[in-house]
Parts: sequence; C-alpha cells; structure tokens
Amino acid sequence: MTASIVIKGGRVLDQTGERVADVVVEGGRIAAIGPDLSGSTTIDAGGCVVAPGLVDVHTHLRQPGREEAETVQTGGRAAALGGYTCIVAMPNTEPSIDCASVVKDVLLLGRDSACDVRASAAITVGRAGERLTEMAELADLGVRIFTDDGNGVQDDRLMRRAMEYAGGLGIVLAQHCENEALSVGGHMHEGEWSSRLGIPGQPAEAEELMVMRDIALARLTGATVHFQHLSTAGSIAMVRAAKAGGMAVSAEATPHHFTLTHAACASYDPVFKVNPPLRADADVAAVKAGLGDGSLDAIATDHAPHAPELKELPFDQAPPGMLGLETALALALSELELPLAEVLALLSWRPAAIAGVTDAHGGLLEPGRPANLCVIDPNATWTVDAARLASKARNTPYDGRQVRGRVRHTFLRGEPVVLDAEAQV
Amino acid sequence: MTDASVAQASPGTGHGHAEHRHLLSVQDLGRSGIEEILRLTDTFVEVSSRAIPKAPALRGKTVVSLFYEDSTRTRLSFETAAKRLSADTMTFSVGTSSVKKGESVRDTVETIDAMGIDAVVVRHGSAGVPWQVAQWLGGRVSVINGGDGWHEHPTQALLDCYTIREHLGGNDTDFTGLRIAIVGDIKHSRVARSDVLAYSALGAEVTLVAPPTLLPPSLVGWPVRVSHDLDDVLGEVDVVGLLRMQQERMGEALVPSLREYTHRYGLTAGRLGRLADKAIVMHPGPMNRGVEISAEAATSARSVILDQVRNGVAVRMAVLYLLVGSGVSLT
Repeated sequence: MTASIVIKGGRVLDQTGERVADVVVEGGRIAAIGPDLSGSTTIDAGGCVVAPGLVDVHTHLRQPGREEAETVQTGGRAAALGGYTCIVAMPNTEPSIDCASVVKDVLLLGRDSACDVRASAAITVGRAGERLTEMAELADLGVRIFTDDGNGVQDDRLMRRAMEYAGGLGIVLAQHCENEALSVGGHMHEGEWSSRLGIPGQPAEAEELMVMRDIALARLTGATVHFQHLSTAGSIAMVRAAKAGGMAVSAEATPHHFTLTHAACASYDPVFKVNPPLRADADVAAVKAGLGDGSLDAIATDHAPHAPELKELPFDQAPPGMLGLETALALALSELELPLAEVLALLSWRPAAIAGVTDAHGGLLEPGRPANLCVIDPNATWTVDAARLASKARNTPYDGRQVRGRVRHTFLRGEPVVLDAEAQV
Repeated sequence: MTDASVAQASPGTGHGHAEHRHLLSVQDLGRSGIEEILRLTDTFVEVSSRAIPKAPALRGKTVVSLFYEDSTRTRLSFETAAKRLSADTMTFSVGTSSVKKGESVRDTVETIDAMGIDAVVVRHGSAGVPWQVAQWLGGRVSVINGGDGWHEHPTQALLDCYTIREHLGGNDTDFTGLRIAIVGDIKHSRVARSDVLAYSALGAEVTLVAPPTLLPPSLVGWPVRVSHDLDDVLGEVDVVGLLRMQQERMGEALVPSLREYTHRYGLTAGRLGRLADKAIVMHPGPMNRGVEISAEAATSARSVILDQVRNGVAVRMAVLYLLVGSGVSLT
C-alpha cells in the first residue's frame, strides 16, 4: 500500500472556484477532496490556499552550455520553491535546442528535477533566423512552444513560412518581439532616462513593429501565435484589438515589467538590464491593466540567470536578464490589485493552456488528476534575499524588497518537493 | 568646504561610505559646489603661473589615471594637475595593460586599490563605469569621472564654466542672463550633458542647436531651449560651444553628409562675423577643422579654446585638492 498525504484545512482554489477542504494525495495523484479526510502523513494548510501548481512558459535554464549560471536541477529547485510544477525551458542554450538530440537531452535532465521541465525549441536552426528547424520531428517529441527567444525572427518571409508550416502540427509559435534594425545598440528603454544617463536606448516601437507584423502574419496564415514578455502599452493595445477581432493570439508579461521602470537604470547596476528593457510608468500601468482585462493571458518569469561576473560588466556590456522564478508569485500578489483567483489564473491555468500541459498542470483539482499542487500563504510577508535564492545565479533586482505571499509547500506528482518553504530535493 | 559641494555618495553608489568623496556628476556638486571649485581654481591659476608651479598639497598622495579610452588632453591635464600638487601619479592605459589579457574592470580596480591609492580618475567608453568603480571601492578611494560614455565629463564642464567666467563674468559665478549655445552632436556628447547641468546651475540660458537626429531622444527635464537653425541663434548668444562631429556618425544615417552638416551647423568664417561683439567661441577638442569649426573661427580672437585647456589644469588641481588634499596650506 502506498503512503498517502493529507493536506489539511486549506482553501482549495482552482478554476472552478474555491472551497475549504482537505486534499488527499496518493500514488502521485489526487485521491480525494473533501471535509475531514485523513492520510498517513498530515500537512497543515491552515490559513493557506491549495492551488494547482504554477506554470512558467518562459524559463531560461542555461543547460546545456552555461551551467555556471543555472542547471536544469538548480532551476527546477528554484521553480518548485516559487510554487511552479511545470516550466518551459527556452531554447537559447549552447547549443540551442533546435534538434531532437538536444530536446531529448533537456528532457532527460528534467527527469530528476523538482519541477516538470518541458522543452521549447527554436523556430530557426541555431536561432540564426535563416532556416526552419525540423518542427514536425520536434513536435513528435512533445515540444509545444517554438521560439527563437533572445531574438525575434527578423525575416518576414521566413516567419510567414514558419507560421504556415506550424499550422498542421498543433504547436504554438512564440515570438520575442524586437525589430533589430531599430533596437540595435540599445541597452535600455529609449526615453527620458536613457537620454539623461547617456545609455543608448531602444524604442518601444522596436517591440511594437514586430507585434504588428506578427498579428498581420497570423491573420494571413491562421497560425496560433504567442507574444512573449510584452512590455509596452502599444503592444498590449494591439493584442487587445487582435483578440477583440477573434484572432487566436495569446500573450505574456513578466513581473519585472509590472514592478520596475527604466528609472531603476539610474544606478547603472546591470542587474536592472533586461530585454525587453524596463519601460516607462505608462507601460507598467498598461501591463497591469492588460493582466487585469485578459489582454495578457499569463505572467511569465523570463527567469534569466547570469553568472555574477557578467553582471559586473559595464551596463552596455552586461548581458540582459533577471531571475524570476522565486519571486513571481509574491510580486503578483503584492503589486497587482487582482483577486487571488485571477492571479492564479495568470500564473497557473492560463499558461498551462498555452504550454499544452493541462492534462497534468493548472486547471482543476479533482480526484484522479496528477497531484501537481502548491500551497500558498497569501498573507505571509517576507524579504527577498539574493544570497538565499536557490538559483545558482544572484541577479535578482528585488534584493531587500519586502513582498507578500509565500509558497509553503509544492507537490510534484504527489511528492512534496517543497515543505515549509524548504526544497526537499 | 561644505558637504554639499562634492557628493559623499552619489546616486547609485549606494551605501553611504563617507570616508572618501567622489566627483561623478555635475549634479553631485550643485550650484554651491561649482562656485566653490571655480573660486578655488583662481588660487591654482596663480600657483600655475609661478616660476616653479608647484604646491605641496597632495604630497604623499597617489593619484591614478585609469583610462579605458584614448585621451590625450584629459589624461595629461589630470596628471599635470596632480604633479603640480606634488602627488605621485600612476597611469593605467588599456593599450599596454592587463585588460588586453581579459581582466575585468573590477579586478583591475581592486588590484590598483590594493597598491594603496588615494584617488582614481576613470575614463571609460561605457556610461556609468565610474559609479560602478565607486561602488566596488566602497569609499576607500576618491573616484573622479574623467568621462563616461555619452554620459558626463564633469571636469570639462567645470573648466568650461571657469573659462566663461574668466572672459565674460569677471569674478562673478552668476551666469544669469548669459546666453549659451551648444552646437552639434549633443546626443553622443558627455561634454554637452555636463555643460548643460553646470551652465544651468549657474543661471545661464542654454540653447541646444542640432539637427533632431543629433539630439537625445528625450529632453524631458533638461533646462534648455532647442533650435535646429544655427543662424537663428547666432546673433543673440554670448557663448558658442561647438562639439566634435565624428566621422563615424555618417554610417548611422544621422546626417546625410558632413558637407550638409557644415553648411547648416558649422561655425564658418561667415557665421563668425555675425556673432555679437563680445561673444566667445569654445570647443572641448579635439577639433575637426573644416567640419564643425572653420580655421578662421578656431584661431580668431573670439576663440578661447586654448584658455580652456590651460584652465583645465587649474580646475583639476582644485578638484583633486578638494577631494584628497591633505590640508597643507597653499601659500
């Protein structure tokens, strides 16, 4: 007989609603949900919310190639501590995830992880923007999201072909929207602060032009298109209009784009360098509004670890990117004035749908489903401490910030991978 | 001097290490800080004019020039200033150093610091590096910004203020009513950014004259007026400050040709004649004669370009004295 765990006394919250109930986990699955249940082990969830695990459609795990910054193992642990039970690894590794062997490699590494690691794959070979990857073969291996993330596909005709070809495969084309002819040489948002600080900027329009193009190409081809890390008011307005017109587009935004602005770059600390860059106040307001009104479907972390020495370079030489997995939920709860159920929709079931993992993640808590859960104390306040993060890297822009909302426990396939905010694997 | 004059911890340097003061931005100085340096510079102009132009104020102190970009005048000017104050000087130039072997700025700075130094003048092609250096050294050493990317060049602005005062203001550091045009590639100019802050702090009216492509993308918060027509402002300014027009800007489609630029924005011999009677012509160097400035303008009686260089040494002596001086009497 297998051991069972009962998660007692929490508010069970999924996309169908909320009720106070105990949850019994057994054999990797949810065995029962109801009042006064028992199991061989009891985990207290009093004052907490029991929810489907979070899903991140945008994680950089740096393996293979940059294991000094992060590995599938360390990134998976950081994810579990952040309440995630599923993360999608971005393909800008070295080598890139652009062929079957690298996909298999990453999936194999993910088997021992504290989180369900899915691989995305590149749209173009080597993310070089020149020829398409063997998408059908990669889709057969379970790849659902294709992206050249880190770069956008610049060539209009190639992007059209990618969208057409993807049509028959049930996959999602995700775009890092950046017109490089306009953004080239830019290290922060072009505007008031870049002008004052003497840091070359990239205009909001560099993002918006590609959003505009891809909406047009999606209309032409009927492809399912997902917009990654949207950061400008203009981009969000275009996606809102496209959705209103009935198009099958989805979009994500990151916590840093609803919590920080380009003013942070005045410190010249490259920890605030990220791509797309931190924008203006009006853009932050637009991201928040977009998350509230459904124009943006998901919060994605764009978790981008970098070794410390790289973030000590001069601002215009440092690589862009910030950590995100361990702070996303708390930032959403602290900064978004949305009901908890809405925040969880943005962090769990809507991204689960984009990633195509609703069979195991997000959505519903009901008997028989895989027990991928997180237990959240929505009112616990804590202070982000870069030195205590599980990620290998330390490049969080939130060091010292007080936030609200803490993940107490995370269950992956029924296993408690996080207990009392401590990683168990 | 007061604490207000030179910042103890500039924005971004963070944690309030108060042992050593820095000069990172003109903004750190404010009006009173600029005025204090200009007044002190008078003393060092006098010292520089002596038969033996030396004072013992920095005896036993070590000043390092850490230059990641080629620079002749700024580096020589700082070194001359330090030597006239009897400091020991060290020069660290990228061309001949461990940087070529891949050493990071942080490792280089910490290595130099370990030798025991009092001040470091940092010139770097990337904006913000002097802030990073000040942060890493944690207040053990005074950091002086010798020019960072497109951002700032505070001692250039101070010597420009001193030169304007010398020619137009007598002993007065109040620039109210003074009209100053800064002409040319403002967008990429650290000199322009520091000059705008310093001139406006002293009360001058500053007009930026450039094609829109050579202005910063946003001028929100800049205390300036803007003109795209040099001829429009020429007759009504007291100072014309020209900026170097770099050949490499041609490749970025910022102006169609140097010919058109000179035609619209160059201080040609013809335009020189249309300046007001007492107006002066300035240039931070190095000049592109025949592009932003004609030979006639560069060598005319209105040109104070060599005075700028001369004053640069005295201004830098004042800055070094304030930041790391041992308190020894100057007389």
